[in-house]
Order: sequence, then structure tokens, then C-alpha cells
Amino acid sequence: MTFELETAANPENLKRVVIEPVTRVEGHGKVTLLLDEDNRIHQARFHIVEFRGFEKFIQGRPYTEVPVLVQRLCGICPVSHHLAASKAMDMIIGARLTPSAEKLRRLMHFGQILQSHALHFFYLASPDLLFGFDSDLARRNIAGVAAAYPDIARQGVALRKYGQEIIRLTAGKRVHGTGAIPGGVNKNLTLAERDLLLKDIGQMIAWSRDAVELIKKVYSERTEFHNGFGYFRSSFMSLAREDGALDFYHGGLRARDEHGQDIFDHLDYSHYWDYVHEEVKPWSYMKFPFIRSRGREEGWYRVGPLARVNNCDFIPTPQAEAERRVFKEFDGGSATQATLAYHWTRMIEMLHCAEGIQELLHDGDLLGDDLFSRGERSLRGVGVIEAPRGTLIHHYRINEDEQIVRANLIVSTTHNNQAMNEAVRQVALQYLDGKELTEGLLNHIEVAIRAFDPCLSCATHALGKMPLEVELIDAEGKEIDRLVRNASGACGV
Amino acid sequence: MSKTITIDGKTIPFMDGQTIMDAALAARVYIPHLCHNPEFKPHGSCKLCTVKANGRLVSSCTMPACEGMEVENGTKELNDERRDLVRMLFVEGNHLCPTCEKSGNCQLQAVAYCLGMMSPRYNHFYPQREVDASHPDVFLDRNRCILCELCVRASRDVDGKNVFGLSGRGIGSRLVVNSCSGRLGDSDFAVSDKAAQVCPTGAILIKRQGFKVPIGQRIYDHKTICQVESQGKTGGEEDE
Repeated sequence: MTFELETAANPENLKRVVIEPVTRVEGHGKVTLLLDEDNRIHQARFHIVEFRGFEKFIQGRPYTEVPVLVQRLCGICPVSHHLAASKAMDMIIGARLTPSAEKLRRLMHFGQILQSHALHFFYLASPDLLFGFDSDLARRNIAGVAAAYPDIARQGVALRKYGQEIIRLTAGKRVHGTGAIPGGVNKNLTLAERDLLLKDIGQMIAWSRDAVELIKKVYSERTEFHNGFGYFRSSFMSLAREDGALDFYHGGLRARDEHGQDIFDHLDYSHYWDYVHEEVKPWSYMKFPFIRSRGREEGWYRVGPLARVNNCDFIPTPQAEAERRVFKEFDGGSATQATLAYHWTRMIEMLHCAEGIQELLHDGDLLGDDLFSRGERSLRGVGVIEAPRGTLIHHYRINEDEQIVRANLIVSTTHNNQAMNEAVRQVALQYLDGKELTEGLLNHIEVAIRAFDPCLSCATHALGKMPLEVELIDAEGKEIDRLVRNASGACGV
Repeated sequence: MSKTITIDGKTIPFMDGQTIMDAALAARVYIPHLCHNPEFKPHGSCKLCTVKANGRLVSSCTMPACEGMEVENGTKELNDERRDLVRMLFVEGNHLCPTCEKSGNCQLQAVAYCLGMMSPRYNHFYPQREVDASHPDVFLDRNRCILCELCVRASRDVDGKNVFGLSGRGIGSRLVVNSCSGRLGDSDFAVSDKAAQVCPTGAILIKRQGFKVPIGQRIYDHKTICQVESQGKTGGEEDE
């Protein structure tokens, strides 16, 4: 591991290279590199520089408002927050979802992951993968892809649009709808809406298949390079269904170490804090989660498509399952820990979404009217879901007046914080160390970050814990007072 | 033969004792308003219903109609003034439409859209307003209160309870609750009260109902408030 590159011993003597903003990711982040005179890397950090604070300002709001409020965390994956919060609120009102409600939510979630994965692969990642990491900057973007590979670009747009249509028909709007409510959903699908979606699903499956073939081809053309790029080994965490199947909507927590051995499995996520802790570091607004039993240094892990495809025992749709097997067996299993294999597994998941949507659309429960249930109220709710970028945890407490009094959100990208920093450091050592830096070389760092498809705007919630240092300087520049707050929130002078 | 006025050139009948607003509502001519509800005594406080009657600016909800009165309503000049009034209401409180469960059923939002308000224009005050969730069935969010006093009138005139009132002056005016603690939960307010049903914004909300009406089925999803009221439906009362 490269923890030694987290903090340089003598930063004041080093030159600083900043990549800001990191492009083709959601949200705002930057990378800082500290190099000596020979361009040797001494420090490499991936910083999240925006701040959101949802955990704080939802306090006092009625619980019914939360699923709609917290989805504003993100414009790409709002459905994930909407559903995670709704699941937590289900627990608060003691609801057991009706079959119609659960299937409508699952359909919405499939649509969400389909559109998000399509967005990432075609719009954000494909320019690097199709043209090369240090190719001509002017065409290394979606417009360049559209010019050189019009069919691929068109399919990407159409796949995303289809996913957005599913969201519109289940949540009322393509972005920031209101479909899921505590205890169920507020609408079903009409026959006409169902038929509208059925009309194109065959094409979506075919294009998703093509996307898997495309990434497989790109990857295998330079297997050694793609396997080795930003390579490191780590544990993985995800939800898994009771029978071990890939499940985006519900399941138990499963974590496996870098050798594939269980750290824990089938865990009831309603007590996630017994297994996952978070650390605050002074240089990032994003917290650093870790598996408690393995400690801060060893306990970090990866989440997201690579983690899910590695962790599950099978994918419950035939074409995606066949592709999972191909991936796992590829080159003797060498891709299963590769940073760039995120792209491959992401496309396998997109195929699974398309197949899953087709299966659901033939289920009559989507047209049912029994959409809502309620049981005995509780003051605490935890909702966990597999968002496009990985495991998403929403945890709320309410008071007797039904207001939120406490919230904790551990967002997918946050789980990957240490892993993204690790990838940045590996790439910095592999490709930048000791070299004259060019735009193309610096893009290698961004390529490593992009592989995780981070959503930085979702992931920054360290309100009240952010370390701060305030200096009062007089007109001559002399320090006359100083106040420091450390990561635990304690203040000192 | 009945008496008539004209509103923007259209002849409207009225009966003695009716206000311009009464006549307009009966004829399904929309005059923008927020503090007016025909079920209660006129209040004349929001000033959105200001029209020009025989050349004078008057509140149409309180101004009696007179034979031959010529009323200007939908003019650019008046709608520009109304838009500014609504903009001020938006920055004076904390109106976060994207996450408000009243969105789509909210008269303030609907009037703003109807008047073409697409941005706040003025600086937000971001006032500190108290939220009162103490009642078992009703949530009182003063962030969204526009001081229309419809709840005050409903509680006093229909429910006979006097649960609500206004206190303070000017920018310090606020909705208060008539109970020992000042909390709604300690008053004799009931979810079945008329006052629980009349709020034109999301200041008084029935608990556990949030977002049950899907997008597309809310009052103002497909029609402007002008179209809704012109067809005779009173906004502010949600479809169940």
C-alpha cells in the first residue's frame, strides 16, 4: 500500500502540482501532487473540495419529506438516495412493502443504474478508452466520440434516455421525482406506460450486450496494460441477496478480503455501525470509512460494480451471468482486482439492468393498486441500497414529533475514498514519478479516478467535524492569535 | 336586469354587496390572490388582487362592485407589480419548492408561475423561523407562512377556536398559537378543523401525507392557477 504518499515529510520544500477540477466526474474535486526537484512524487492526494451538509440541515424536517429532500444530493443518482431514504423510512413506519410497491421501486432502481452506467461509460469514460489516455485533448470528449464512433455515441444517449424514461414513469420526473414514499410508492404503471417501455427493451438489451463486447474488446487488446494500470489489491463490500445473487435493491452486507475470503456475510445492515466506521482526515471534506474488525490502516475497501460482480455468487439474469463468468475467468482471474475492470463490470451490470427491466415489465404486479403499507412506528431507520457507484447507507433517527433529529449518510463514493487515493498514488508512481509532467500524463491520474465513477457532490458530509485552523494576522503579517479544531471536533488555542 | 361591471372589457354581472373579487369569481374571471378565500371574510392584506377600478388602485377582494365600474386586471403594469409582490414573499420566508410536499398544490408557487416569476430577483432574507411539530397530526412550518391569516379566520370564524393569531409588527410579524406553551400540540387544534385545510402554502401540513399524490395528478401540474380558477375550482384544497 502507499500510505507513505499520503503526507510528505517536508512539504514546504516541494513543488506542488494541482489538477483542478478533475474532469468528467460528477461533482468537484482536485488532485494535489508534491514533487521534488527530480519530479519524484512525495505526496499524492485526491481532495473533495465541495461541501454539502445534508446531514445537518435535514434536522427538524418531517420524515415524510426526507426521501424527496435528500435526493437533491445528486442529479445523476437521485433515485438511489430517494430509495435508500425511503427504505429507512419504511423501517420507521414499520412497513412491509407490498409486492407491487417493491417491484415498482426495483424497476425505478434498474432504470437509475442503467442510465447512470450508460452516462458514465459513454459520456465520461469512453473518450479515454477509445482514443487513449494521452490522446489529442481536443477530441478526448463525448463530442469526439460522436464524431469518430457515431453509433456508439447514439447508443449511449439512447440507453440513458431509456433509463430516464423508466424513472419518469415511476417517479413522475426524469430527475428528482417523488415516486417512493415511506411505506411504498405513490403510483403504479398504467398499461400504456408498461407497453411503452416494453416496446424498446429488446433493443436496450442488445445495445447493453454490445457495450459489454466493446469494453471486453478494448480491455483484452492490451490486457497487461489495463490489468496493471493503477493496480492494487483490496477488500470489497456490497449487498448480496440471501442466496448470494447480485441484488441492487436489498440484501445483507457482504465483505470479502483481497483473497476472496469472507470478512462478514449476510449481515443485517440495520446495525452497520458495528462493522463499518468512518475516519475524518484534515485535508478532505470526505470521510474515510473502514471495516472495524480490520482497523483504520487495513480496513478500507472498494465498493461499486467491481465489488458487486466479484462478491456475488451469481447474477440472476442469464446474459449478465454468462458475462460475469467470462470476466471472472479472464486471463486466469487477473482482472478481478484491476482498477480499470470497473468499466467492464459496470457494463455487465448495465446488461443485468436491461434484462432485469424486461423481466419486471412482464410482471403484473407493476400494474397493481396495492401500493402502500404501514405498521408499528420506530424512532430509527436504516436504508441500504446498491447505488450505481456502490453501497449507499442512509441512517436516520426521529423524535416523537416525527422530526429528523440525526442523520448519517455513508455514500458510495465515500466508501471508495481510500481506494481512489490509492489508485491515484499507484498511477503517480507508475507513470509520473521522475518524469516531466504533461497534460496526457496528468490525465492518467484522472483516468484512475474516473474508473470509480465518483460522485463527489454526494459524498461530502463531514459537517461539524471538519478540522479547521484560524489565524488572526495583524497588519504587519504577525500572527496574534490562533484557533485550531481537530478532527474530533475538539478546539484548542 | 342585473348590474354589471367590466373587467378588462368583459361585462360581468354582480349583485349588491358583492366585491369585485366576488363578481370575478362568480364569472370565473381570475384575479390573482393569496389571502382571499370566498369562504371567509375578505382580508385585503396580500395586495395581489389589486386592480384599477375607474382609474384607482384598489383591493378587489374588499372593494364593492358598483354599477358600470371599469376594472383593469390583466394589464402588464398590474402583473409586473404582482410579480414583485410574490418575489418579496419568496425571499421573506424560506420557500424551498423542490423539497416541499405542497409543491404542485401550492397557491404561492402557482401564482408565481402564473405571473411569470422564474427567479427570486431579490436577496433572500433566510429568516430563522420556528417549526412546530408538537401536534400529533399537523406540522406547522412557519418558514412557509405568508401571513395571509386564512388559518386565523378559519379557526376563529368556522372552528370557533381562535387557535391562530398574528403577533409582532412589520418584518417581525409571525404566526402564533393560542396555547399556554405557544405550541400547537398544547392547543385544542384538531386535524379535522377547517383551519387545517386552508393554508395556501405548505405552512400547515397534515402529517404522514407527504408526496402521496404523484407528480402529474397535483392541482397545478397541467393547468395554471388561472386556468384552474377559471374553471371554478378553489386552489389550496388538495385532491385526496
